[in-house]
Amino acid sequence: MMLRATLFAGLLLASLGAAFAADGRAILQQQCATCHNLTGPAPSTLEQLWARKAPDLFYAGNKYRAEWLQAWLQAPKRIRPAGEFYEDHIRRGAKGDEIDTASLTEHPKLAADDAAAVASELMRLRPMDRLTAAEKLEPGSVSRTMGEMAFDKFLGCMACHEIEPGYGGLSGPELYTAGRRLQPEFIASYIRGPQAWDPKIWMPNKHVSDANIVKLVRYLVVLSEQDSHGK
Amino acid sequence: MANRSMQIATAMAVLGALVALNPASAADRAADNYRTYCVQCHGVDGNGQGINKRDMSVQPRDHTDAKAMSGRSDETIFKVIKEGGPSIDKSVLMPPWGDTFSDEEIHELVVHLRKLCKCSFGAGT
Repeated sequence: MMLRATLFAGLLLASLGAAFAADGRAILQQQCATCHNLTGPAPSTLEQLWARKAPDLFYAGNKYRAEWLQAWLQAPKRIRPAGEFYEDHIRRGAKGDEIDTASLTEHPKLAADDAAAVASELMRLRPMDRLTAAEKLEPGSVSRTMGEMAFDKFLGCMACHEIEPGYGGLSGPELYTAGRRLQPEFIASYIRGPQAWDPKIWMPNKHVSDANIVKLVRYLVVLSEQDSHGK
Repeated sequence: MANRSMQIATAMAVLGALVALNPASAADRAADNYRTYCVQCHGVDGNGQGINKRDMSVQPRDHTDAKAMSGRSDETIFKVIKEGGPSIDKSVLMPPWGDTFSDEEIHELVVHLRKLCKCSFGAGT
């Protein structure tokens, strides 16, 4: 009798829990799908690219670190200084083109349980496993100085990406939090072939060598560990 | 016989219309590609004042500068777009776009740049 009561109470609690637990899939459909592509494919024409309002999330599970997603959704900070599509947020200024910040919108904040549920659901979206599995990254490190030299001087990545607030280009996502935000295999694969992920993206394929891809991945991890910005 | 002449005339008219239309569509495509990929550094007006220029050690080329642009042949401009700055001993900050554009699109961009600078190779003002 006691056992039956315990089982009943357990079942009741479980069903109550399920009823009240945040439904990540429902939140994604109701709140995120308006701006984010959750099903793919990525834009294959310029018109589709220009119409994109926010990063594609249909491969979020191949791209993001789960713990970062969960935290960011509760306290979002701008990652793309010029938004998306970047050219829609540019205006002519006295010293050249500048970002029209008034045209940028803030990302909604989610409550902790909703953020956990959404992050969990997003991490299930992994249609690009083939690309990330092809990246074999050995553990290792690089000095910040050497990494920065490759990033800035030899490969010119700073043309489009910031490595600290106020330093670097603005048309691409900031990279001073990339090491915390992104899976290392995604970073490597994206550098190797941006068009494999996003055929019309305005990041070119620079045909970076394997050695330099490893160096850049390690640099971005070091950078995000040492940098206090965006934490 | 008259019917056959009419068919040939119609075919020639259609062909002529297509040839006439093609430069316009190529120009549109070049402008669209420029807007999407080039303005981030070279600016919405092509004057080298893009949003990315702030911290660059070498500033982006001003495509409206007839004097500078007339110093580059169409072949050199094609090469630097396709293979990047280092291919013509220029800055690494100009990346290679060979995986983004087809050769045809790059040729169209060269024509677009000539319109921006209102110049041709060796005929700068």
